[in-house]
Order: sequence, then C-alpha cells, then structure tokens
Amino acid sequence: MKGIVRKARVLLSVYYAQMVEYRAELVLWVLSGSLPLILMGIWMEAAQGGRFGLTPVVFSRYFLTVFFVRQLSTVWVIWEFEKEVVEGKLSAKLLQPLDPVWHHVAAHLSERVARLPFSLLLVVLFFILYPQAFWLPSWSGFLLFVPAVAIAFALRFLIQYTFAMFAFWIERAAAIEQFWFLLYLFLSGMVAPLELFPDNVREVVLWTPFPYLIHFPAALLVGLPVDLGRGFLAMLGWFLVFFVGNRWLWRRGLKRYSGMGA
Amino acid sequence: MRRYLRVLGLFWSTAIAAEMEYRVNFVLAALSSVGNFIGSLFSLFLFYRTGYTFQGWSWEEALVVLGIFTLLQGFSSTFLVPNLNRIVRQVQEGTLDFVLLKPISSQFWLSTRSVSPWGIPDLLFGFVMIGYAGIRLDIGIRDYFVSAIPLLFGIVSLYSLWFMLGATSIWFVKIYNVTEVLRGLLEAGRFPIVAYPTAYRFFFTFVIPVAFLTTVPAEAMLGRGEVSWVLGAGVLALGLLFASVGFWRFALRFYTSASS
Repeated sequence: MKGIVRKARVLLSVYYAQMVEYRAELVLWVLSGSLPLILMGIWMEAAQGGRFGLTPVVFSRYFLTVFFVRQLSTVWVIWEFEKEVVEGKLSAKLLQPLDPVWHHVAAHLSERVARLPFSLLLVVLFFILYPQAFWLPSWSGFLLFVPAVAIAFALRFLIQYTFAMFAFWIERAAAIEQFWFLLYLFLSGMVAPLELFPDNVREVVLWTPFPYLIHFPAALLVGLPVDLGRGFLAMLGWFLVFFVGNRWLWRRGLKRYSGMGA
Repeated sequence: MRRYLRVLGLFWSTAIAAEMEYRVNFVLAALSSVGNFIGSLFSLFLFYRTGYTFQGWSWEEALVVLGIFTLLQGFSSTFLVPNLNRIVRQVQEGTLDFVLLKPISSQFWLSTRSVSPWGIPDLLFGFVMIGYAGIRLDIGIRDYFVSAIPLLFGIVSLYSLWFMLGATSIWFVKIYNVTEVLRGLLEAGRFPIVAYPTAYRFFFTFVIPVAFLTTVPAEAMLGRGEVSWVLGAGVLALGLLFASVGFWRFALRFYTSASS
C-alpha cells in the first residue's frame, strides 16, 4: 500500500512538472475546445423566440458547463499509446513493475491540475462579460456533479484506451477514435442539450455511453432534470463492458506485440 | 512556372502512392465523412424542427452554407492538414534546412509537398448537399459560377491564415494546437452568420473572417450576394496571401536550424 502511494506521488509530480513546462501550449489547448462557446451564441440567439423550451440564460449556463466538463475530460491516450507501440517504446515500459497505463493516467491527471487555472480563468472572464448568466449551483447539484464528472473522465479514458489496444493490430488506431469522436460530438449533448432532441432519438441515445460523458454532468450542475439512478448505473455498466474488453485486448495484444527491440 | 507544375505532379503522385498503403484508413475516413455528414444535418435539423429559421435562411438555404462548409473541410483535409501541420515537425526536427536549400520557393514546397485523398469523401458530400439544395431552390449554372469567385477567395484566405499560424512555429516550435484553435473557431462557419448574436457576428467577420468563408459564397450562390462583400472577400484574400508571403520571409530570418 505504501509502495503504491509512493509510486503515485512520484508519477504525478513528474508529469505535473512536464505539463507546466508547456504552459503556452496548455492555453492553446484550452482555447481549442471553444466549440461549445460558439454553439452557445447560436442557441442563445435561437432561444430568443422561446420555441425551444429553454431560456437563453439556461443555454448560456449549459454550454459554459459543457465547455468546462470538456476541459476536465479531454483524453489523448490513443495518440500516445499508438506512438509507443509503433516506435517500440512500449518495450521499455513493460520491463517496469507497473502496468504502463498508469503513466498515461498520471499524465492526464496532472495535466488536469495544470489546465484548471486557465479554464477557471475563462469561466470567470465569461461571467464578467455576461453577468446575467452567473448562478450558484445547488449544493446537491454540485456534490453530484463532482463524482459524475470524475466518472465521465474515467469512462472516456477507458474507452479511448480500449481503442488504443487496436494499435497492436493496425498501425493507425487513432482513426477509430476519430470516427468515435464524431458520435461523441453529435450525441453527447455537445451540439445541443439532449432536451432538444426528438423524443425517439433521445430514448436511443440514452442507452449509449455518449450522453453520460457530457450532458449528464452538465445537466446536474445547471439543474436540468435528469434521471440520477439511470445515469450512474449506465456509467457503471459501460465502464464494466469496456474494462473487460480492454483487459482482454491487452492480453491478446501483448502476445502479438513485437515492437522494435522486443 | 512549368518547373513548378512538374514538381507538383511529382509531389502529389508520390504522396498518393504512399497514402494508398493505408487502405483500411481510407475506409475509416469515408465512414467518418458519412458520420460527419449525418451529424451536421442532425444538428442543423435540431434548429429547424420546431419551425425556427435562421433569420432569412430557409432549410435549403442553410444547407447550402453547410455544404460549402463541408467542401472547405474536405479541401483542408486534402491540401492543408497534410502540409501545414508538417511545418511544425520540420522546425522541430531541423529538417527545414533541406527545404530551404532546394532551388524552389520554400513556401511552395511546404504548402504543396503532400496531398491526402482522405478529404475526398467530404468534398463529395459537400457537393451532394449543395446539389440537393440547388435543385430544390432552382439555382442556375450561372449562380454556381458566380459563387465560385468568393469561394476561391475564401480558400485563399483560409490557406493564408493557416500558413501564417504554422509559420509561427519558427518561434514557438511546438504548436500543433495553434492550428487546432483555428479549426475550432472555423466550426462557426457551419451556420449562416446572421444566426449569431451581434458580438459574435462582429468577431467572426472582422477578427476571424469565418463569414467570408461560407456565408458570402453561399449568398452569392443564392443570387443575393452583394458586390461589396465579394470585393471585401477579394481584398481580404489578397491581403492575407501577401501577408503570408511577407510573414514567412520575416519568420525565416529568425530560423536557427536544429542541426547546425
């Protein structure tokens, strides 16, 4: 147990140092997630007519939260993993008495910490520019949001890491992620709150993992009505599915792996 | 001039030959384009399904904007992404030296070295969308040709902006994500510019000229383009193109290679 804590501390501090080294880059990454802010404008304009059942202020809060959730849950493990497999760098990591995944987890977590100040700054700036949108989420909403967004990140990481396993078989596994990302983009509630989807489409989408990655945590913080039990159960269910798939592919993949120097 | 054309032929035939090795990827790229096509239509449909319309844009007219946006997406993944994102790598690894030593313009080399067939499905879907809307709206051949002018200006502006951002890697070295920021902002071009609040409209016309990329060509195609906007697009395109050439020369003065 003490060993694990020590390893975690070392990994996290090393990766944190690495992340703050590229601070300018971090700012740019924060900015590149600006799509929700663009959509915010267009939906606020559309909501003026009141035809969508949500007021412009709710839209602005929703998309601001979406922006924030995305900042907290971006994942890029597949590009790193693919490179390690293709270039054979994975071999060195396999020799360590530690599953290589923890390197990626630590890098992502410490990047979160390094990124947080910038995303918060943008949120504050937004409220200064548009004070009408300011709101304090309810305590219960906030307390549910924190675990929801943490699980959303874990789930997104696990899903992408599972796709990364295909790097053992095909050279460019990132292409799978690019396709998956489209589904994620359009079905997660990033382009519009799920409340605006046609009923039958929403019913189907709620069975997929996508809305729980963005819409569910965002709705909790904004205070839109959501089915709590279903939300957390769906996240857990998808987590288990991908976890089993991931471990299976990992074992099969390692047998196939013959990177440079392995 | 002829030498440049011959070089271009060589560049592109080798690039396509190299890409053909990854046929599975082409299938995935095609699938992604289908997904993008359906998703774009779906998100536009979310606005129109309750009877809301962007001010002065019917469903078919909004489709024209989306079609032009998809065309530009296809264009950039065919011509811009494979080349301009590579400038960053050339600087990082010091291989830019070899480019500078070649007896052709280094900007030409960097901008045209590679071409990727992955954008073709997007181009196809863009034409399908425009074609469908065009039939529904009775757009004549003449209008298509008229709109080709501002569209060309838009493409030139897009290229110049992208190239200039890529060129900043001379100073900052690791900036893959500058182009990502640009791409994120360009997403605004999916919808006609009047769909945005005033502050956004100002930003996307005068700061990041998204309006000139999709809305202005679409209006020209719909036969309600104004000469002043087309002229504006032309001035912008030429200005940005000259700026990109000048900026590249300026940037090269600061280039200290990594290998020598």
